[in-house]
Amino acid sequence: MSVSVSNLSKSYGTARAVDAISFDVHAGEILGFLGPNGAGKTTTMRMITSYLAPSGGTVRIEGRDVQRESLEVRRLVGYLPEQNPLYLDMNVLEYLEYAAQLQGVSASMIHQRRREMVYVCGLQEMKHKDIGQLSKGYRQRVGLAAAMIHDPRVLVLDEPTSGLDPNQIVEIRSLIQNIGREKTVILSTHILPEVQATCNRVIIINRGKIVADGPIAVLQRNLHGGEKVVVEIETGDADTFDLIAVQIRSIPAVTAVSLQEQNGASKRFTIETGQATDIRKELFRLCVTRGWTILELHREQTSLEDIFRQLTGGAAK
Amino acid sequence: MNVHNIASIFRKEVRSFFNSPVAYIVIVVYLIILGWFFTSNLFIYNLSTLRTVFEMTPFLLLFFAPAMTMRLISEERKSGTLELLVTKPIGEGDIIVGKFLAAWTLYFFTLLPTVCYYITVSIIGSLDTGAVIGGYLGLLLVGAVFIAISVFGSAVTENQVVAFIVSLFIVFSLFMLDKILFYLPSSVGMVLEYLSIDYHFSNIARGVIDSRDLVYYASAIGLALRLASAVLQKRRWA
Repeated sequence: MSVSVSNLSKSYGTARAVDAISFDVHAGEILGFLGPNGAGKTTTMRMITSYLAPSGGTVRIEGRDVQRESLEVRRLVGYLPEQNPLYLDMNVLEYLEYAAQLQGVSASMIHQRRREMVYVCGLQEMKHKDIGQLSKGYRQRVGLAAAMIHDPRVLVLDEPTSGLDPNQIVEIRSLIQNIGREKTVILSTHILPEVQATCNRVIIINRGKIVADGPIAVLQRNLHGGEKVVVEIETGDADTFDLIAVQIRSIPAVTAVSLQEQNGASKRFTIETGQATDIRKELFRLCVTRGWTILELHREQTSLEDIFRQLTGGAAK
Repeated sequence: MNVHNIASIFRKEVRSFFNSPVAYIVIVVYLIILGWFFTSNLFIYNLSTLRTVFEMTPFLLLFFAPAMTMRLISEERKSGTLELLVTKPIGEGDIIVGKFLAAWTLYFFTLLPTVCYYITVSIIGSLDTGAVIGGYLGLLLVGAVFIAISVFGSAVTENQVVAFIVSLFIVFSLFMLDKILFYLPSSVGMVLEYLSIDYHFSNIARGVIDSRDLVYYASAIGLALRLASAVLQKRRWA
């Protein structure tokens, strides 16, 4: 168990920013921490990195308590805070050396680690520049390089791609995915495609509570009770929408049929089912017996946006 | 306390003092003001003494110490780098001590050029070298107290102006304590006199090195730095 959070709470006055959340993360997992702004993502990450003390509950990293063995834990964790704070008057190499020293990298290893990080994060051309002169994308890489300089087992990244352009986002994502093969990565974001692109597990947090936890595929299956199937068929002129709809409804489990668009003889339908049953076989047989030509047939997955809104939007009302 | 961590913080802060205009402005302005007082009085007094250096420096330090140190922690708080710093595996005490030593080093290099006054005066008259060494030792200690207090002032806020004013208020109060003694009963006066920075400084500046004065300075520095690191630790109190 790489990171183990149990019953973690944080109150600011009477407001409960984080309310008794528990989860475990294993090595090799990239956990996406998702939630609307102000849901408690940053507060949780600050407690994991020992920046803030919990009001209740515990965080253990590699079996060590974050509060009682704070210095040992901090050695195991690499942290990129929100907004990526940096010393703008230092140059990239100086800053990485400083970060390495403070992280306790041994003097003989500092230059090697620094060279590796400059290479991995693509900072070769910028390494002699002052951080203040760098663009936001390069600053983000410097922040990441500093967070990873001591080869931490756990990497905590608070909104690592905020403010980057699409190309840079793709680069940083693939960087995180590479790291995530061996390490434990916890990253927070409110950008949904980011989670879909990088994470193999997602925790959705809203108002300080975990509202969903699991691999994205599982969440998609569980949350949306039924499934959606889209079918496009070519039929004879005699088959009107109503006629076809009645036929499709005769398949058990189908709850709703709607016409999406009609293009001459081809019609596109969306079919919803009550439970998570696959109706594609029945649909295919139906079309064959009726003599309809199938042009397209696919299952539509509930998007993460739908899940997110379903879980967090309702509570906000 | 970890020497390596303190040294890392120290090197970074010294570098940032001397890579920016801060160090040079502090040194030059201090020398101009002190030089003006020193040379204008020297021939009026007609004494071979460095009294002006020892009298003016604590007064100038009231402003210079808070000014030199005000950004040390408040700037990190404002820019968010404090969050990076305190989540590194180093104690809050190491951060404070490293920064304190860096500011004190800048102060040392500010005082250093005034040694040429010693050389000049000892050429044209006879100078009591023992008293001069005592005076410099006293200046280094007074400076250390002022800087330690200013580090605390910088730790409590993210606003550099507030840090400056808070530090100035504390050091000014300590500096003025023995100047209000006439108005107080002697029992209270004794306590205030012991707490006053100037009282201990005047002993050392005369060339008398008394353990009571050294204990006073050491405890003032220790207390200020301890409070400053407590401020950094406060976030971890549940």
